[in-house]
Amino acid sequence: MTSRVHTYLWPATRHTLLLAGALVMLAPFIWMLSTASKPQTEIFSSELHLIPHHFALWDNLQTAFAKANLWRYLLNGLIVTISIFSLQVLVALPAAYALAKLRFLGRDVLFALVVFCILIPPQATAIPVFLLLHKLGVLDTYAALVLPFTISAFGIFLMRQFFKTVPDDLIDAARMDGISEFGIVWRVMLPTAIPAVTAFGIFSVVAHWNDYFWPLIVLNSEHLQTPPLAVAQFRNNEAGTNYGPLMAAAIVIIAPLVIAFMFAQRRFIEGITLTGIK
Amino acid sequence: MSDVAATLPPVAATARDRLPVFAGSGSTARSAYALAAPASMLMLMMLIGPLAGVLALSFTDYQLGAPSFAWTGLSNYHEMFADRVFWISLKNTLTYVAIVVPGAVALGLGTALLIQSGAGLRSLYRTIYFLPVMATLIAMAIVWEFMLHPQFGLVNGLLHAAGLQGHSWLQERGTALYSLCAIGIWQATGFNMVLFLAGLVSIPKHLYDAAEIDGAESAWSRFRLVTWPMLGPVTLFVVTISAIRSFQVFDTVQVLTKGGPSKSSEVLIYTMYAEGFEFFRSGYGAAITVVFLVFVLLLTLLKSALGNREVHYA
Repeated sequence: MTSRVHTYLWPATRHTLLLAGALVMLAPFIWMLSTASKPQTEIFSSELHLIPHHFALWDNLQTAFAKANLWRYLLNGLIVTISIFSLQVLVALPAAYALAKLRFLGRDVLFALVVFCILIPPQATAIPVFLLLHKLGVLDTYAALVLPFTISAFGIFLMRQFFKTVPDDLIDAARMDGISEFGIVWRVMLPTAIPAVTAFGIFSVVAHWNDYFWPLIVLNSEHLQTPPLAVAQFRNNEAGTNYGPLMAAAIVIIAPLVIAFMFAQRRFIEGITLTGIK
Repeated sequence: MSDVAATLPPVAATARDRLPVFAGSGSTARSAYALAAPASMLMLMMLIGPLAGVLALSFTDYQLGAPSFAWTGLSNYHEMFADRVFWISLKNTLTYVAIVVPGAVALGLGTALLIQSGAGLRSLYRTIYFLPVMATLIAMAIVWEFMLHPQFGLVNGLLHAAGLQGHSWLQERGTALYSLCAIGIWQATGFNMVLFLAGLVSIPKHLYDAAEIDGAESAWSRFRLVTWPMLGPVTLFVVTISAIRSFQVFDTVQVLTKGGPSKSSEVLIYTMYAEGFEFFRSGYGAAITVVFLVFVLLLTLLKSALGNREVHYA
């Protein structure tokens, strides 16, 4: 009896439950694809059908690209996420190396500060940072989108933990070779830390590509809009009238990360777990 | 840090030889300061300073663009506590957290257990359940809005097909907040699942063998005796992270309901955004932020207090 449960009944139950859940998870994606593929008349019919009678995905995509400068928004997203991530690494890596491998007065205080900063939610500092950017006169520029996120306490913490595991002999050997401390960071530590940097990069890019709160606050100009802001704007302009192109625009906005995720699924999930659990 | 001492070589002589270069010499310390300086300065400018700034602003009547401001003591807080909208907003935020956290944690755990309990299609399921985490929430919120459309949406369509009554989910006072909760759970489950999967994989196999020898035969008793206690720390972490993230709910509210109808889905960060950035009442917005911060701090303290007691080490 138990063996039959083991060979047939349990796997069947497992798959049934997981597939039912998967259907709920996928429903919005399926509905999005379905709506984006329908002409207006089919979208506004109370009869439910998933497969469009008349396939209009290309028309809807064309309308979406014609009504909003989607390429520009994607490019903005790319510029902002890449700038943020490179600057974060540039700032965090040397600090992490100093915290992990060098001794100096005040190191413990600095490390305590890093740990404390991880706990500060991004919305908590929004008003003063906004005022600061206002004073600097950089509101409504790329700088306003990038500057506040050049510092990642979490990045410093993660790299520092990773650098701790690098043997001191490796660093001493580099010193013998006459490499400066600065050189050690980039030529010795960075190559060993690639897994940690990748994991952090996934986190950083996903967070900032999808961020809606900050761009909403600091941007006015349409040509600077990042993808989430653009799709929300698109909805406001098209409210209630044009769901086909709206869904097509949504597909375009989520596509880069979702496709990247599909291709590097394993690494993504490993990256999230590596950085997720402290 | 004491753990630095532990990483030094055990042979005392080597350690002593190394100390002058490693620690004492001025040039190393100077390099260390140079290396840590940009990060320290940015941390003070973008995180610590603004945090202090929020606290200071909450005691002023500063309005963005105003030429000057005055210290007004606790008047922002008095105004806030007397404001019905603030209390509604706080209650809605707590309701959202109270629904989304148990929902997303339980479903995340359930999914992780189901995926891990068999060999078939593991990676396919992981990918599907994780998809909502990757997809830009704003874009998906708009899809949800259309799914919840009173006339042409999928949800009401399915309900009608089953002979049930539909709703104007996002436009009715009784359902708006719960609809946002459902979207929140949909989005957070996959993230929790991945954290639980990591926790499950790290449970040593021999514990299950030992439990079986001790007579724990059913799947349930193996779960109760091994899996659940071993997942303790991960669960605590997942609950805290989920709670902190739920406290920050903003995107779906701003795009789908704007806190409405009649404040039924107003939440803290949205109120802060509206006061601080739409009405430019920076001082008042800062006071709301302080309340938000207190809750996040409480959660963090609660986690470390529980964490010290409940951690089960392998």
